Amino acid sequence: MALDSKVPKGSIKDKWTDYKNHIDLVNPANKRHIDVIVVGTGLAGGSAAATLAELGYNVKAFAYQDSPRRAHSIAAQGGINAAKNYQGDGDSTYRLFYDTVKGGDYRSREANVYRLAEVSANIIDQCVAQGVPFARDYGGLLDNRSFGGVLVSRTFYAKGQTGQQLLLGAYSAMNRQIARGKIEMFNRHEMLDVVKVDGKARGIIARDLITGKIERHSAHAVVIATGGYGNVYFLSTNAMGSNATAAWKIHKKGAFFANPCYTQIHPTCIPRSGDYQSKLTLMSESLRNDGRIWVPKHMDDVMAIREGRKKPTDLTEEERDYYLERRYPAFGNLVPRDVASRAAKERCDAGYGVNATGEAVYLDFKSAINRYGKEQAKIHNITNASEEKIYELGQAIVEAKYGNLFQMYEKIVDENPYKTPMMIYPATHYTMGGIWVDYNLMTTVPGLYCIGEANFSDHGANRLGASALMQGLADGYFVLPYTIGDYLSDDIRTGEIPTNTPEFDAVEKEVTDRIDFFMNNKGSKSVDHFHKRLGNVMWDKVGMARNEKGLKEAMAEIKAIREEFWKEVKVPGTANEMNLELEKAGRVADFLELGELFAKDALERNESCGGHFREESVELDGEQKGEAKRNDTDFAFVSAWEYKGEPADAVLHKEELEFKDIELKQRSYK
Amino acid sequence: MNLTLKIWRQKDASSKGQMVDYKVTDISEHMSFLEMMDVLNEQLVNSGDEPVAFDHDCREGICGMCSMYINGEAHGPDRGVTTCQLHMRMFKDGDTITIEPFRAAAFPVIKDLVVDRMAFERIQQAGGYISVNTSGNTQDANALPISKHAADEAMDAATCIGCGACVASCKNSSAMLFVGAKVSQYALLPQGQVEAVDRVQNMVAQMDLEGFGNCTNTGACEIECPKGISLENIARMNRELMKASLK
Repeated sequence: MALDSKVPKGSIKDKWTDYKNHIDLVNPANKRHIDVIVVGTGLAGGSAAATLAELGYNVKAFAYQDSPRRAHSIAAQGGINAAKNYQGDGDSTYRLFYDTVKGGDYRSREANVYRLAEVSANIIDQCVAQGVPFARDYGGLLDNRSFGGVLVSRTFYAKGQTGQQLLLGAYSAMNRQIARGKIEMFNRHEMLDVVKVDGKARGIIARDLITGKIERHSAHAVVIATGGYGNVYFLSTNAMGSNATAAWKIHKKGAFFANPCYTQIHPTCIPRSGDYQSKLTLMSESLRNDGRIWVPKHMDDVMAIREGRKKPTDLTEEERDYYLERRYPAFGNLVPRDVASRAAKERCDAGYGVNATGEAVYLDFKSAINRYGKEQAKIHNITNASEEKIYELGQAIVEAKYGNLFQMYEKIVDENPYKTPMMIYPATHYTMGGIWVDYNLMTTVPGLYCIGEANFSDHGANRLGASALMQGLADGYFVLPYTIGDYLSDDIRTGEIPTNTPEFDAVEKEVTDRIDFFMNNKGSKSVDHFHKRLGNVMWDKVGMARNEKGLKEAMAEIKAIREEFWKEVKVPGTANEMNLELEKAGRVADFLELGELFAKDALERNESCGGHFREESVELDGEQKGEAKRNDTDFAFVSAWEYKGEPADAVLHKEELEFKDIELKQRSYK
Repeated sequence: MNLTLKIWRQKDASSKGQMVDYKVTDISEHMSFLEMMDVLNEQLVNSGDEPVAFDHDCREGICGMCSMYINGEAHGPDRGVTTCQLHMRMFKDGDTITIEPFRAAAFPVIKDLVVDRMAFERIQQAGGYISVNTSGNTQDANALPISKHAADEAMDAATCIGCGACVASCKNSSAMLFVGAKVSQYALLPQGQVEAVDRVQNMVAQMDLEGFGNCTNTGACEIECPKGISLENIARMNRELMKASLK
């Protein structure tokens, strides 16, 4: 099967407008007869469900949480990008497009990214109209901050809770439609498989997580908006329930899985403290606006700090190695995430890690606090302010900007980050890879769409900060509602899809067979036992740096863990009640397959690009020595995998990437 | 540290529940409270017992899913945190910890420590929104300047995570802090003015219909709120309701 990206003809600036002008529409009276299922209610799913319902479609929305408002988009902290150029610093649609393609290390589809940049400004307008309380300056206009990998300030934010406020905006739009009866909301429901009729996606099988009841739901199209698969690492910044089951199930039913090896390891997370750790907590990248990252220059200081003989504040400026500023003078602490993460790993691997595990670096706000303090002293006409006074004034500014993050850090680590530098270390955060979709956001299965983090489309091999929220809302508010209409215009005479058909019978049986297996298997080990083992293999061998030997070992080890899982997993309780272990068992079973495909994809891609770093592919000399080396001759394509049974047998399809509007260059942030 | 846990166990909504004692050993002070619960559950699964059902998801204090009543306080003894951010350093070796679900007539127990908070959903559906369709044609975001003070205050109200700690802490099981926060967010912003009258009336009517109690100004909700939502929001809601009744 040849992959057709369906990118419209014409110049990149006009593609989306021309496309919208020429697609088929469904008239308002006919929309009332068309049903759409949306699985997942984060920014992408929530905004899509609300908008489709506003348009008049009958929407059925599904969330595993008890409310759409709890989807993990809520945890996004820093902000959302938009090419508004409110700061007059030269921003434009083209620049946002360019930064996103470059930041993604030239592994994304140009047309999709341009469209994303084009609709970004509308997102801010829409959210403000909904009452999202973005940060403002004293003139009452919207404030911006800067994020990694760019040279302009285009990030809009609501304290350190931007994801929360944007999700609550989408949730409020959903609530309005739920009240009107246009969205039927299924909370505490989990999609367990997709149902195809005559090759088209026509419904899902879901489990009511309170009663355990298996339900059939039909629709004319199915939208998957279930987020990323970062929990394949067990420890990540994802929510505990974040899972890849919907994505993996549609993959097994014919949707190609693209670039699973593109995973973002976020540079600023709170380091792990012990084996009992259940998840990792992110500290927003926005902190890198004001924080400086360092480790001690000398090994004896490292040892003294680890043994408690010295404190980080004892070290003079000369004794500190601000390694990002040293290696990347142009971008400094604001290099993209993949670069910052690898630089931290490099220092820690060299032995300079500053905590007991040797896996932590400092993020220091002293300079920023002093800078703001002096500024404030001037503003308030305080002459000869003491150092303490300056620090106090500066601290107030930092508190206003990042107060909730500092509080969160203090609660977890039990140290005051205003007084002593934070300790941070990279952690799995976001997955750029995902279900392959065409320009319409449709998967390789007709009528089956995939939006938000769950698809692969816009971030290439690395996502820039504040772009996940932008993509989720762009897909849900402004892209899918158009593209899905073009497909549904053929369904105006179809009528309701019946669920009492052999197709639904067959898929429901697959689902119940698997649940029965779990309930009847008399194994000896808990689900978490296997999940943790999978996570260790993924982190050690498919983590921040990868090589052929490790990846081959990882594939074999994951397969072995999977085989043991199916023999030894133990699930207590029964299937017809709330059963959290049963929920986890299904999710981990899918991660155990996805993890192997992930390693296979990483093995296949013998180049370093974005979040995917192959030790075999680095610059050997010159100014860029030791930096990641991309290989455009052999790897300028999207890897789309077709399911063929065992993950190791998956078949690779390539979508060649053409760059017509941006020149392919090796990234440099020096 | 070694601890005794007294935990509410209830098979489902229609079964009778009871407190059951458990012991956990070697708990690190650096663990979060829910990681301690994970240890207990791993122990229960390994010995063939059913693990304790509890709600949790993001484990970073923002999703509002976790909801335990620990030693008589919603989200436990620490201030300004949810249960997932509560750390075991707040307890000491040999302690007995009582863990119950959030209790309120409007929050029926689903299982063990999991409660049904759909009442909050229905209140939001009654008016917790601004009626604006997605079009791409809304006015430019900066066409409507909003004073920084109003925007910041609206943000403080909007920061509510909908966990229900206010209801669980209130002797009347009142939801007025939750509803007040949402009403306030929109009341403080110009975008919210058009529908202000209907919004406050509809949301308050739904709140009453759900069986939440009234506010008697004890202020427990403000103290236990993990996000520090202020009582002022209740006063503002009452003013909005009063204004609405005069229109």
